[in-house]
Amino acid sequence: MTEVFKMDAPATDRRLDDMVQGLVGAPLDRPEGPLKVTGQATYANEWQVENMAHGVMVRAPGPSGRVVLSNRDDVAAMPGVLAVIQDERLLRNPAQGKANEAPVQGPHHAAYMGQLIAVVVAETFEQARHAAQSVKVTLENAEVVAVTSDTAAVEPQESKTLDQGDLETAMREAAHTVDATYTTPSHSSTPMEPHASIATWEGEDLILRGSYQMLKYNRNELADSLGIHPDRVRMLAPYVGGGFGSKLGIAPEAVAAAIAAREVGRPVSVALHRQQVYEATMRRSDTRQRIRLAADAEGRLIGLGHDALVSNLPGETFAEPVLQASHFLYAGANRKMSMDLARVHRLCCGSVRAPGEAVGVTVFESAMDELAQQIGMDPVELRRRNIPDKDPESGKPFSSRRFEDALDSGAKIFGWADRPGVKERREGEWLIGYGMASAARVNVLMESQARVTLTPQGTARVETDMTDIGTGTYAILGQIAGDMLGLPRDAVEVVLGDTSLPPAAGSGGSWGASSSGTSVYLACQAIRQQLAERLEVSENDLTLKDGRATFDNQTRGLADILQNDEIVKLGHVEAGETSEAVRQATFGAYFAEVAVHAATGETRVRRMHGTFAAGRILNAKTARSQCLGGMTFGIGMALTEELAFDPRDGHVANHNLAEYHIPVNADVPQLTVELLEERDDWANPMQAKGIGELGICGAGAAILNAIYNATGVRVRDYPATLDKVIAGM
Amino acid sequence: MKTELTINGTQHKLELDPRTTLLDALRHHLGLTGSKKGCDHGQCGACTVMVNGRRINSCLTLACMHDGDEITTIEGIGQPDNLSPLQQAFISQDGFQCGYCTPGQICSATAMLEEIAEGWPSHATEDINDRPSLTVDEIAERMSGNLCRCAAYPNIVEAIRKTAEESA
Repeated sequence: MTEVFKMDAPATDRRLDDMVQGLVGAPLDRPEGPLKVTGQATYANEWQVENMAHGVMVRAPGPSGRVVLSNRDDVAAMPGVLAVIQDERLLRNPAQGKANEAPVQGPHHAAYMGQLIAVVVAETFEQARHAAQSVKVTLENAEVVAVTSDTAAVEPQESKTLDQGDLETAMREAAHTVDATYTTPSHSSTPMEPHASIATWEGEDLILRGSYQMLKYNRNELADSLGIHPDRVRMLAPYVGGGFGSKLGIAPEAVAAAIAAREVGRPVSVALHRQQVYEATMRRSDTRQRIRLAADAEGRLIGLGHDALVSNLPGETFAEPVLQASHFLYAGANRKMSMDLARVHRLCCGSVRAPGEAVGVTVFESAMDELAQQIGMDPVELRRRNIPDKDPESGKPFSSRRFEDALDSGAKIFGWADRPGVKERREGEWLIGYGMASAARVNVLMESQARVTLTPQGTARVETDMTDIGTGTYAILGQIAGDMLGLPRDAVEVVLGDTSLPPAAGSGGSWGASSSGTSVYLACQAIRQQLAERLEVSENDLTLKDGRATFDNQTRGLADILQNDEIVKLGHVEAGETSEAVRQATFGAYFAEVAVHAATGETRVRRMHGTFAAGRILNAKTARSQCLGGMTFGIGMALTEELAFDPRDGHVANHNLAEYHIPVNADVPQLTVELLEERDDWANPMQAKGIGELGICGAGAAILNAIYNATGVRVRDYPATLDKVIAGM
Repeated sequence: MKTELTINGTQHKLELDPRTTLLDALRHHLGLTGSKKGCDHGQCGACTVMVNGRRINSCLTLACMHDGDEITTIEGIGQPDNLSPLQQAFISQDGFQCGYCTPGQICSATAMLEEIAEGWPSHATEDINDRPSLTVDEIAERMSGNLCRCAAYPNIVEAIRKTAEESA
């Protein structure tokens, strides 16, 4: 029985700093790299499964009504068709992250246009696709339902309401005030790999090869959806082609594949096509956000307000947590916040990279720029002046927080001192502007387990159902184990993405690396302890390097110490009192230079820099790449990304990659990233914090603030497309 | 429909549904899953392969249109123990994260370097009468048909630039 380690006290011993193998923190290549660059890494829909049939899903053509497949028999008779399935257990929408149970089920009533209401199975993909496209779906007794927040029923979220001090009076008495309302549209995660599953039944047991981020929850969600015991389900996802939140919860294609495979008595693959990914996975809620800022003559905030309207399908509890960082990023005694949730019949809202802060900090940072402009103060100085001593609402201390250092260092690296005045710099037809914004994201530790085996051959194996969705899990878990056990990186094998392995936290909320990393650390710590006991020394006096143990002025090889035994230990971490005792978050600052075309309003990002502080960095190369990715999401949010809905029926009008504009290579300059050295003893025994989402939490504001600096145009309706910029010029 | 394809130097005789795209022929019928399906509409570039030396989106063309053609996929560019210089550079520069767009990026970049060597201009070329040089802008422009949501773009550009520099 392995003890559960609860993070109840700060880990001030900083044991990783004592290790001498030199792996943790180093910018090492991803060990799975050779497989990925040669196309040999196996993603969900790439397993070679014998006798596999193909399923293609069918969509609802409207947002309401009873679903009737009016030519079902004709379709069933088409060449190659094996089944047309509209089982009660099909999902209305994906499960929310960590749901751990089935989401709303039932394909007989449409709740949004694009809902997946049936699956057609055929011998070949071509036959299945043709048959699925041939299904005539009618919606009977359809009602007029709200598809935009303007006409929808709105539910105040009482638990999100804050009223501290007296913001109204502060706004009246302040030397400077901003009261601005911003809007952000819905966003799509848009991972490059569309959602796909291959289901294979072996008797009563189901093997599901899927593309998922959090397998221990996904297994339970899938089992609950099917009405079977979770022990009957094994999920495999060793490689996931991006997730960004859209693969957190079990999704319609997995349940459809499992039901279909049962019905036709063969393995079935169901892959969503790109339009279905846009129409029926998850969206980030659209938001309307009113920001109020009240500052004294020196730019010190005496009050701030953040009121948000978000949306979701009826019955869904997820409400985009846009206020999350507003609670602690800046000081100000008088604070007022609220959130309303509009019930709209559009595809489900859930987590998209950095739910909450991605749009919440971005909008708040735009408003802070308005305040700096009004006061006539350097925007960096305005932020610096408003860094609170302690959490301004709870009064709790912060854990590590190199926020001011990030502002200062980022400004220096970027050359912020050289920034032009508003509409001051022009190069030919291009107006040049600089902008900046702060970055902030909450930090979370989640329960996670991993098994580590040390062999007498001087190798180790790390096993957990953790996933690597591009985040670098394969790299960092090997680095942690290698450092702790004194093994070269290549001597550590990391096995992931299989629910038959110890359950991990999963990839979400930026907690994956620190949570699953801690479980590996703990397992290795237990192995070190056992080695020390065998050698009759204190674990603290044991130095492990290159497969050899040094202690008491002697050195012995692992084979000699272990004889023929392996040491196998399980690491198991849970959050503890440090999650409550302090305010834990990651911080940073973005700086951007844009060129806005004087005649067309087109914005090009010329330079962009981010400085981030996220505790101990586990791999400088993969951590930097995470930041590049986040900042690029920010470029998309600032300039192009918007799910466009038809206001009549909630139809996603731009449900493809040619019309939902994620940044392409030419839209992204050679971004630069600085990672500050930091240890957060309160976070976990590795002193590491999450970094997967920090790069997006405010990034877009740096660009819109730069557009203002270049043109004098303040776009309050994201994204800043040409029409909005040129209208103000 | 009978179709003969030469893929990575090996001849394959296939009997395919005429609706089968070149991409699906590779993935479903030949077990060559290195070419990825990201959109199936020619919008993302994940399925990029080379046909008779030129890069194309294999999802946008039917297999039966390529009877007799020479096709190079990522599997023909290198293997884990025998990487091409570009593949190695993608690893060193961290030119990918999830890895799903990566084979397409590498096929695309391999053909793109040939296009530059042959002097083809692009939107980013300063003077179309001059030979294009391998600037960041040129590479970014020519690689913009290959989307990467993880956004490894700066690293992809660096990997391509370094590879070209070292082979020059």
